[in-house]
Amino acid sequence: MIEIASMIGFGAIGVAMLLSLYRLLVGPDMATRVLALDTLTINAIALVVLVGIYFGNEIYFEVALLFAMVGFLTTVAYCKYMLRGNVME
Amino acid sequence: MTEFGDFAIAALICLGAFFLFVGSFGLAKLPDLMRRLHGPTKATTLGIGSMLIASMLYFMLKHDMVAIQELLITTFLFLTAPVTALMVAKTHILRDKKSRKKLPPTGRDIGWAVIDGPETED
Repeated sequence: MIEIASMIGFGAIGVAMLLSLYRLLVGPDMATRVLALDTLTINAIALVVLVGIYFGNEIYFEVALLFAMVGFLTTVAYCKYMLRGNVME
Repeated sequence: MTEFGDFAIAALICLGAFFLFVGSFGLAKLPDLMRRLHGPTKATTLGIGSMLIASMLYFMLKHDMVAIQELLITTFLFLTAPVTALMVAKTHILRDKKSRKKLPPTGRDIGWAVIDGPETED
C-alpha cells in the first residue's frame, strides 16, 4: 500500500515541479521567478523525503535538511539583492 | 495495528502530494504575484507537513527508531516560510511601479512602508 501511495506521490510531485519550472521560465518579473525557485526547492525537499520513505533509508533526511537551509538562504539572498542592490552591506 | 499504520502512512503521503500539486498549480495559474504567493504557502505547511508526519510514522512503526531530523526540518521550514513570503512581497512592492499610483493616502506625515523609509523618532 505504501508503494502505491509513493508512486502516486512521485507522479504528483513531478507534475508540481514541472509547473513551477514553467513559472520559473515564463514568469514576467523577477520576484515571480524567485518565488518559483523557492517552490521548486520545497518540491525537491518533499521528493527527497518521499525517496527516503520508499527506500526505507534514513540517510536522506540530511539531504532534505541541507536543501531546506540552502533554499531559504538562496531566496533571502536574491530578495535582498533586488531590494538593496547588494547582499551584504 | 500494522495495517492501520500502513493505511495512515499511505493516506498522509497522498494528502501531502495533493497539497504540493495544488500549491504549484496555483503558482502556475494565478494572474499576479500577490495572488501567486497564496499557493506555495499551502504547499510548504500542509504538503511538507503531511509528508514529514508520514515519514516519522514510517520510521517509528517499521524501523523502531525515533527520527529527530524530521522535527528539525519541520521546525526550520515553518520558521522560514513566513520570512520568505515577506521578502518576496517586499521585493514586489518595491519593484512594481505601476500600482504605486493607485495607493490611497496614509493620512499621516509618512507614506507607505517599504516605499518610503522607516518612521524616525526625531
